Amino acid sequence: MLHKTHSTQEAMALTGGRETVSGKALPHDSAVKHVSGHATYVDDVREPEGTLHLAPAFARNCVHGRILSLDLDAALAVPGVLDILTAKDIPGINDCSPSMGDDPVLADEIIHFHGQVVCLVLAETREAARRAASRVSIEVEDLPAALTVDDALANNASLLPDYQFERGDPSATIKASAHQVESRFYIGGQEHFYLEGQVAMALPGEDGDMTVLSSTQHPSEVQHSVAKVLNTIEAAITVEVRRMGGAFGGKESQANQWAALAALAAHKTGRPCKLRLDRDDDMIMTGKRHDFRVDLAAGFDENGKLTATELQFASRCGYSADLSLGINDRTMFHADNCYYYPQTTIRSKRLRTNTVSNTAFRGFGGPQGMLAAERLMDTVAITLGKDPLDVRYANLYSAGRDLTPYGMVVEEHALLKDLMETLEADCAYRTRREEVAAFNGENRFLKKGLALTPVKFGISFTLTHLNQAGALVHLYRDGSVHLNHGGTEMGQGLYQKVAQIAADEMGVSLDKVKITAANTSKVPNTSPTAASSGTDLNGMAVVLACREIKGRMLAFAARHYDVVETEIHLEDNRVYFEGQNSMSVADLARAAYSGRVSLSAAGYYATPKINWERETQKGRPFFYFAYGAACAEVTVDTLTGENRVDRVDVIHDVGRSINPAIDIGQIEGGFVQGMGWLTTEELCWDKQGRFRTHAPSTYKIPTATDVPEAFHVKLYESKGNPEETVFNSKAVGEPPLMLPISVHCAINDAISSLKPGFIPRLNAPATPEAILSAVHEIRRGVGS
Amino acid sequence: MRHNIRFLWSGQVIELKDVGPTETLLDYIRLRARQTGTKEGCGEGDCGACTVALGRLRDGQLVYEPVNSCILLLAQIDGCELVTIEDLSRDGTLHPIQKAFVDVHASQCGFCTPGFIMNLFTLYHRDTPGLDHQDVATWLAGNLCRCTGYRPIVEAALETCRDAANDAFSARASKTIAALEDLNDGDDIFIRSKDTGFTVSPSTIASLCAVYLQHPDATLVSGATDVGLWITKHMKELPKVILLNRIADMQEIKESPIGTHIGAGVTFAQAATVLAKQDPDLGEVLRRLGSVQVRASGTIGGNIANGSPIGDSPPLLIALGARITLRLGRVERELPLEDFFIDYGKQDIAESEVLTGIFVPRLDANQVFRAYKVSKRFDQDISAVMAAFRFSLVKDRVVDARIAYGGMAGTPKRAAHCETALIGASISNETSWQSAVTALESDFTPLTDMRASNTYRMDVAKALLTKALLEVGGSTTTQTRVTGHREREVRDVA
Repeated sequence: MLHKTHSTQEAMALTGGRETVSGKALPHDSAVKHVSGHATYVDDVREPEGTLHLAPAFARNCVHGRILSLDLDAALAVPGVLDILTAKDIPGINDCSPSMGDDPVLADEIIHFHGQVVCLVLAETREAARRAASRVSIEVEDLPAALTVDDALANNASLLPDYQFERGDPSATIKASAHQVESRFYIGGQEHFYLEGQVAMALPGEDGDMTVLSSTQHPSEVQHSVAKVLNTIEAAITVEVRRMGGAFGGKESQANQWAALAALAAHKTGRPCKLRLDRDDDMIMTGKRHDFRVDLAAGFDENGKLTATELQFASRCGYSADLSLGINDRTMFHADNCYYYPQTTIRSKRLRTNTVSNTAFRGFGGPQGMLAAERLMDTVAITLGKDPLDVRYANLYSAGRDLTPYGMVVEEHALLKDLMETLEADCAYRTRREEVAAFNGENRFLKKGLALTPVKFGISFTLTHLNQAGALVHLYRDGSVHLNHGGTEMGQGLYQKVAQIAADEMGVSLDKVKITAANTSKVPNTSPTAASSGTDLNGMAVVLACREIKGRMLAFAARHYDVVETEIHLEDNRVYFEGQNSMSVADLARAAYSGRVSLSAAGYYATPKINWERETQKGRPFFYFAYGAACAEVTVDTLTGENRVDRVDVIHDVGRSINPAIDIGQIEGGFVQGMGWLTTEELCWDKQGRFRTHAPSTYKIPTATDVPEAFHVKLYESKGNPEETVFNSKAVGEPPLMLPISVHCAINDAISSLKPGFIPRLNAPATPEAILSAVHEIRRGVGS
Repeated sequence: MRHNIRFLWSGQVIELKDVGPTETLLDYIRLRARQTGTKEGCGEGDCGACTVALGRLRDGQLVYEPVNSCILLLAQIDGCELVTIEDLSRDGTLHPIQKAFVDVHASQCGFCTPGFIMNLFTLYHRDTPGLDHQDVATWLAGNLCRCTGYRPIVEAALETCRDAANDAFSARASKTIAALEDLNDGDDIFIRSKDTGFTVSPSTIASLCAVYLQHPDATLVSGATDVGLWITKHMKELPKVILLNRIADMQEIKESPIGTHIGAGVTFAQAATVLAKQDPDLGEVLRRLGSVQVRASGTIGGNIANGSPIGDSPPLLIALGARITLRLGRVERELPLEDFFIDYGKQDIAESEVLTGIFVPRLDANQVFRAYKVSKRFDQDISAVMAAFRFSLVKDRVVDARIAYGGMAGTPKRAAHCETALIGASISNETSWQSAVTALESDFTPLTDMRASNTYRMDVAKALLTKALLEVGGSTTTQTRVTGHREREVRDVA
């Protein structure tokens, strides 16, 4: 089997002029299975006889403490319980962290946060395991705990070193500017609330081999974690994932622990072991989106054009590093959003707290940076009494003002401006601005707000080495194609998009392409399916693998049938020779096989152009940017803080869409998820630091009634990604999550109508209570 | 006396003799019957992923209702038809709802999809001409989707649920009705489990009271929307369970010129239909109470009897002057609802005593009613503050007020100081009611929790009184509310 790196140029020689499967709004590959109940998730796989069920146990009232003793008698007495494992049962390294070695699989000596797993119950049924876990008694000596960003700042509790981007002398420039603003606000975190909770099933094999079915975005990291914990070689561990019931970043590193525990129990007992977390345990034990305190200051002229900015982002990382370095870096990379900061300081503090380790979540820190930029625009506009949209336009990246604070040039600024202007016209922004003002003049209690905000999101892992992918493609002698790549399917339609690409490349119809589960034994050393990169990376790796097979077949055909290679093409399951004769792909495959030609190939792709040196802050972290804009109109009840989103209009740039239906689904879904983050989704801890909103009864993600009937989403009429991406498409997973910043800004706009010139103190999420508090403060004349 | 449960599934009568008192319907479907299309998302009836449909005879008609199978007890489905996701395409062709989902790209990860489709299956089988976006969204509020943003799901529903049902289930409705009539024998059910445990499903109030007198340590389960969580979340062992959902004489609704008697076993869905006729705000609050799944199982009696300080129906009923009937053995007594709630976790109910019914007086011609539910999220959320007002007016003067709040104290509670201060106030004169607004501070000392702070609760309590008086004084609700406008035609879809 050949491993060969192709250039992007080669990869992009597309099928040229013929009708493609790519570009069609085809259903998700599993749609029929989804609707009929036949799509199999890990918990649906029929368990082998004798499978044990596992449940994790934690100290219910401990936030930070030293483990003094465990009383397991009551738990072991529950009928059906076999054993209870603790840290000392781990044969290898007690760690499941992505890189820093600071995430114990089972807490040893110290409990670092409320919900940290201390031991693992093994039982014949899940019910028995859970009942026993609730009866584990853990005696601890409490230690002092830092819970919030403010606590950690007060204690100077740094988890990772501070980091900053700097340009010019912003402090002096702000002082010398015609106008200045300063503001502090808080941004809450977010629970992923994937509908399928964390789950893994471990199946022991011979020689200590272990196969793990895991609901993970990162099969290779699960493989590494399991090998590390079991003290065995990675080659002995196979991880497979066919699909997840949602992930959103919450199964990038957070799936490791449950897979490692299942494998540990299977290793101990020699029996298949399954661990499916109860929803409350899942919400208590797994990380969330980082919450932040943002301090910002800016100078600007009378037109609202910024002269300089200073932004400080202090985030709660939790007890361990997890992915916090990259997440907080991405916050900084997006603290400009679409705006040119002539001089700036963007400072980041990554704080250690005694809370669950915060983790990846769609946007990966970017949304918090972007919200700060948009808050800044509103603050400037309110100060000057201008329409915030005009202030946004005044500060957009443009020719000559196109250098980001980290030194990368924004090349598509004309697209950005065009996209915003198109949306402004499409949604009748200016007319509605007048209507909103009229409504507010006529209404005493209800106030409307309107906001149009843009999104610019950098595409590529900022940890450059992750921007690689592998694929394994087989062509069988009946002309069917077995498709495997390192990407995982979490509902985003990756497998469908990549299958469409493969069908085009191999010249076969889509029904000949067999989608298979991600499996570490087929494609090794994969990157997580994250950073919106799934299609860009895996799609291109598949293109390259297909080209390899096709190239061999065409070379064979040219030899065998004495035709010119360049005059052969494959389309719709047939091979055409110079437009005249043809044969089926299957016949050519059989002939090639008989001619001893390999019909299997691995493809490997590494994103070109990018290079980012974090220490010197030099280079190009992103291959390209994805753009979008949204306009939201809201009504706020200033008596109770209740609010309703009345209308949303979106235009989003996906380049040349591989599947417009799937792309629109990502945009709509991302919008509503981001709207939840900024409105109703509030994470609460009690005074002792115990997490309280650990179920959907208390943690409120949007329902159907929160989404306005007037929800208009359009794809930007793109000429295609100027960079050579697969099908010239653009990544779409994360960028739409930031479109609903428009909702938060619109709520802010409604509140600010109460007292022009005063800046509402509105934090995120804008719950009814947060809104009412901002209303009361502005009425009292308090503005930040 | 029967010693098994029987239900219809996929055209077959299933008889089960071994049913544990805490065995959930979802565990039966997934673990015993090995039908894994039905998913567990949260295990507490809040996400809807486990939704299945139950076919029941209501007034001789076959009605499909969605339920959260994760917290419903298996024994509760005796006499019902069970429909799960696999049943919709058993013949190999997709059901119209399933097909619409595929056509409009309404699934992404697919995990919530079976629950959505089963919920919409029940809407599909309703007569809902003129079904609109808001109706569908309300119907779906108990199904969480984290991927799609709901737009295509609502579209699929609008495409399929407006027209009359035309599927395998409607085609065999008469057969199903006949089969269900056969199953509904009106017999008491007694299923013994290991040790001294049992599941009892009495069919009359009399047999309920008799068995509860014998077993005062048994747990009464009405809709299981609360008790279900004791089982799935608190891992409580409930060896003795008495089910209330088959007691015919506890499910009666009787309307008279002076008011309405509602049996304690009447579900929220059934009660909403009757109460909404009295005042649109009653319909609106009940529309937002739980979800369509919760309202199909949960009962008014259960909402009162569990004594929660944050149940939504008690403040409504207290403001309306409702009285409840309790029965111990053969002895009945009646008391005003507000007197039932003594303190947090303490109610005026004796050992083995059962709440059997609620009487809700009609509003007099000079009485106006307003009710509000304020929560972090509009739908399927527990109230931060729940308020209900009944003002008696002579011209524009308030001559009597009954005001009840939820979420403001350890029990649903009347605002006595506020009520007194309001007497004589003019609804057209805002300054005349200011003392009543301030009096709420004497009535309540609310707590801070994850739903709201004490400050917010008090602010909102005051704001809602103001809002009620402004509205009674003539403001249209399009000027005072962002949702639940009284001017909108109230439709009986939820």
